[in-house]
Amino acid sequence: MHRIRLTLSHLYATVFIVYLIAPLLVMAGAAFNDSKLPSIVPWKGWTTRWFAEMAADDRMMLAFVNTLWVAAAVAILSVIVGTASAILINSISGRVRTMIYGLMISTILIPGIVIGISTMLLWTKVGNTLDTDFFLFGAGLHLSVLGQVSYIAAMVMLLVLARLQSFDTGLEEAALDLGASHAQVMRRILLPHLYPAIGAGAAVAFFQSIENYNVTQFTRGGADTLTVYVFSKVRSGITPTINALAVIMISVTILAAILYELRRRRQERLMAAMAPPEE
Amino acid sequence: MQDLLRRYGAGLTTIICLLVFFWLAILVVIPNITLFESSFRPYLPVTEVGGPKDVYSFDNYLKVFGGEVEVSPLGFTFLIPVHVLTFFLTMWYSVVVTVLCFAIAYPMAYYMSKIANPRSVPTLVLLIFVPLWVSEVLRAFAWWIILAFKGPLNSLLLALGLIEAPVRWITDYDAVVIGLIYTYVLFMLFPVYNAISSLDTNQIEAAEDLGAPWWKIHWRIVLPHAKPGVASGSVMVFMLSAGSLLVPSILGSTTSQWFTQTINQWFNDALDWNTASAYAFLLLFLCTVFVALAMWAFKVKLSDIAK
Repeated sequence: MHRIRLTLSHLYATVFIVYLIAPLLVMAGAAFNDSKLPSIVPWKGWTTRWFAEMAADDRMMLAFVNTLWVAAAVAILSVIVGTASAILINSISGRVRTMIYGLMISTILIPGIVIGISTMLLWTKVGNTLDTDFFLFGAGLHLSVLGQVSYIAAMVMLLVLARLQSFDTGLEEAALDLGASHAQVMRRILLPHLYPAIGAGAAVAFFQSIENYNVTQFTRGGADTLTVYVFSKVRSGITPTINALAVIMISVTILAAILYELRRRRQERLMAAMAPPEE
Repeated sequence: MQDLLRRYGAGLTTIICLLVFFWLAILVVIPNITLFESSFRPYLPVTEVGGPKDVYSFDNYLKVFGGEVEVSPLGFTFLIPVHVLTFFLTMWYSVVVTVLCFAIAYPMAYYMSKIANPRSVPTLVLLIFVPLWVSEVLRAFAWWIILAFKGPLNSLLLALGLIEAPVRWITDYDAVVIGLIYTYVLFMLFPVYNAISSLDTNQIEAAEDLGAPWWKIHWRIVLPHAKPGVASGSVMVFMLSAGSLLVPSILGSTTSQWFTQTINQWFNDALDWNTASAYAFLLLFLCTVFVALAMWAFKVKLSDIAK
């Protein structure tokens, strides 16, 4: 009886993985089908023309460049704000900590549509009140950046905060006693300890920004990001160029995943080699 | 605070506080106050903003009750304002998505933490992460391809002889629910997985040795232990589903309308930002109330979730 349950559980896990991966394969497959409609049935023969058409799509390329700029700006701002917040949260306690921490976490749960509308309203109102045409106060991707940072910073904060738990504050005390300046303590002791979490936070922020639709849709003005552009293509005339784009994005993801996995395995082997032999 | 000053000095502490202020005040609190304030203002031509007509009222909120439609669930026929109906359906299907996500994710979470070989778990996690890195719009698009009337799913089922004629999947809210589950199931999987991982396996073995049937082990030992994880996963999936705009727009049918789509129409089509604000505030407020009620009903404390 126990054997059957074990087999069933392995089967379930396999089905689950297939369920997660299969839709991506179907989408990728449609990029190579010589059919005007994106699908894998009926199969009308191999082609790479959708990739050529994608490369010739200037609007998509512009949207792609925009996306990279927005994502980079969001990653930088979120890392700075998120790290500062984690340091602050880590050194306060009691009621104030609960309140500020709660406010920070709640930003993850606020629907993106609310963030988008509220960001747009605030900045355009300030612009109207000051009666200025300065670009900061009009719709555009800079407002998308600010809106996205408002919740992505919380994710960075959580990652950095987790890393801070394993930090030995005695190191800072020692450095201060030995005559280090405050800036040195920050730059030479605290930040190096946080680098892994900051790196992970930057990666998460970057990808979250690329994903974002809700905030961007309400703040972008006329500018496109990749997600917004793909959405408009899906709603209007779909050609498999979107699938070609998906193939490239999925490939980059899988490549990054494989590199990460190889690095992890190598580190595991190194750790195993360095550990004392077990008796 | 004293601690911060002593370790990093006045200069760095000021910078840290300013950065936190920038985030919480300028990016979060003040925009939301602006949204709340705007939601009571009428939609006026630019020249009349600030004029005698620009007074606070509940008019924007009352628009929710305009335009009634007839619905007849379970044989009872009654009239209900169309936006209220949209809102209830959004809530209802978000709950359905949350429950189904839990049903799908729980066995997998248990498998990953208690059954799978611990050495293969990192690889498993990596595989599961792949769809998470692919953007939401592409994931919804993938299901749009799969569920098409002449698409791969119908072809497969026909070839297997499971159905006689192609099924229309993108109808009513069906495809929206399927798409939302696929998009957000991982937000349920990981909190539940983390919660079950911290359960001592000896407890399960002890119950087995004492002769407890498998369902009782889950009901009395694993589930109570995983409750905080289930709670945070559910809150996450529910809020993401109710706030999703992409999936309902791509996978919605002619008869489905999500509340976020209504907000989007007020904002981007009607250009009435103030009414959009009122609707957005309603969404945020009522979702929060609903989540709080659900947590109270299931006896979950806020501190369990925000760990």
